Amino acid sequence: MPTIVVEVMPKAELLDPQGKAVASALARLGHDQIAGVRVGKRFEIQVDGPVDDNVLATVQELADEVLSNQVIEDVVGIHYEPETETAAQ
Amino acid sequence: MTRIGVVTFPGSLDDRDAQRAVRIAGAEPVALWHGDHDLHNVDAIVLPGGFSYGDYLRCGAIASLSPIMADVIDAAGRGVPVLGICNGFQMLTEARLLPGGLIRNDHGSFICRDQRLRVENTNTAWTGSFEADQEIVIPLKNGEGGYIADSETLDRIEGEGQVVVRYLGTNPNGSLRDIAGVTNDRGNVVGIMPHPEHAVEAGFGPDTPAAMRSGIDGLGFFTSVIERMLANA
Repeated sequence: MPTIVVEVMPKAELLDPQGKAVASALARLGHDQIAGVRVGKRFEIQVDGPVDDNVLATVQELADEVLSNQVIEDVVGIHYEPETETAAQ
Repeated sequence: MTRIGVVTFPGSLDDRDAQRAVRIAGAEPVALWHGDHDLHNVDAIVLPGGFSYGDYLRCGAIASLSPIMADVIDAAGRGVPVLGICNGFQMLTEARLLPGGLIRNDHGSFICRDQRLRVENTNTAWTGSFEADQEIVIPLKNGEGGYIADSETLDRIEGEGQVVVRYLGTNPNGSLRDIAGVTNDRGNVVGIMPHPEHAVEAGFGPDTPAAMRSGIDGLGFFTSVIERMLANA
């Protein structure tokens, strides 16, 4: 089934307490070279039928209005992964 | 009698406490259900605290898309008073009824304590019973209570008096400019992170210098809206 991937990140200028907690855990493990971590979300959206411009436009709209909250997050990527279709079969 | 609806969502925790606060304040609580399209003709609406939909996606995000929220948004537009407490505040920002957003506490931990606040706007539907700049103490309990907005929005809401309550003492969750609660430009929709419904009955509230657990500073939010309704009747 065709899959569209939407990636959402906390806004760059905002504190990301989750990323900070992960970064300090990695530092505790001795990974001094890791300067920072930010944690975001990846949505894998399966669609029925072919992925055309209409479907992509709908997903773009949903990404902006539902999957992310533009006050605190940015949609950093939307891509169509046709290879997922063959990988899944 | 003033009828105040309290919406129960899957994962709401404080709906019964909110109903109790409404009753103690002198109004009739009306249980509302997230899946309905029926506000039962209530005079005001409370969106209670909890973890609706397990905080999936973002706190309050899925609840803000539930059937009854379409009616709540419509009612808010007509001037019906709406109070969002904690998770309810998150729903109101997700529904764009209130400016800004709420993110994980800056220190990364859940916090639960009695919190000192200053009531800075006493013209809203939910704060008319307080004196200007009155200091109150009510419980605060949240994991994602950090209030944020861009600096332009913060300047605007401060300038317009839309900051309703501010944290006093140490900032408990990294909220920008110590903001604990805000209102819309009309003053009928209010969101606050601390919990007034847990400080409405002596014996069950925060400690005060007078006696243990005697704090009832939260009651004013509920009596305010009742007074407002009676004044408009």
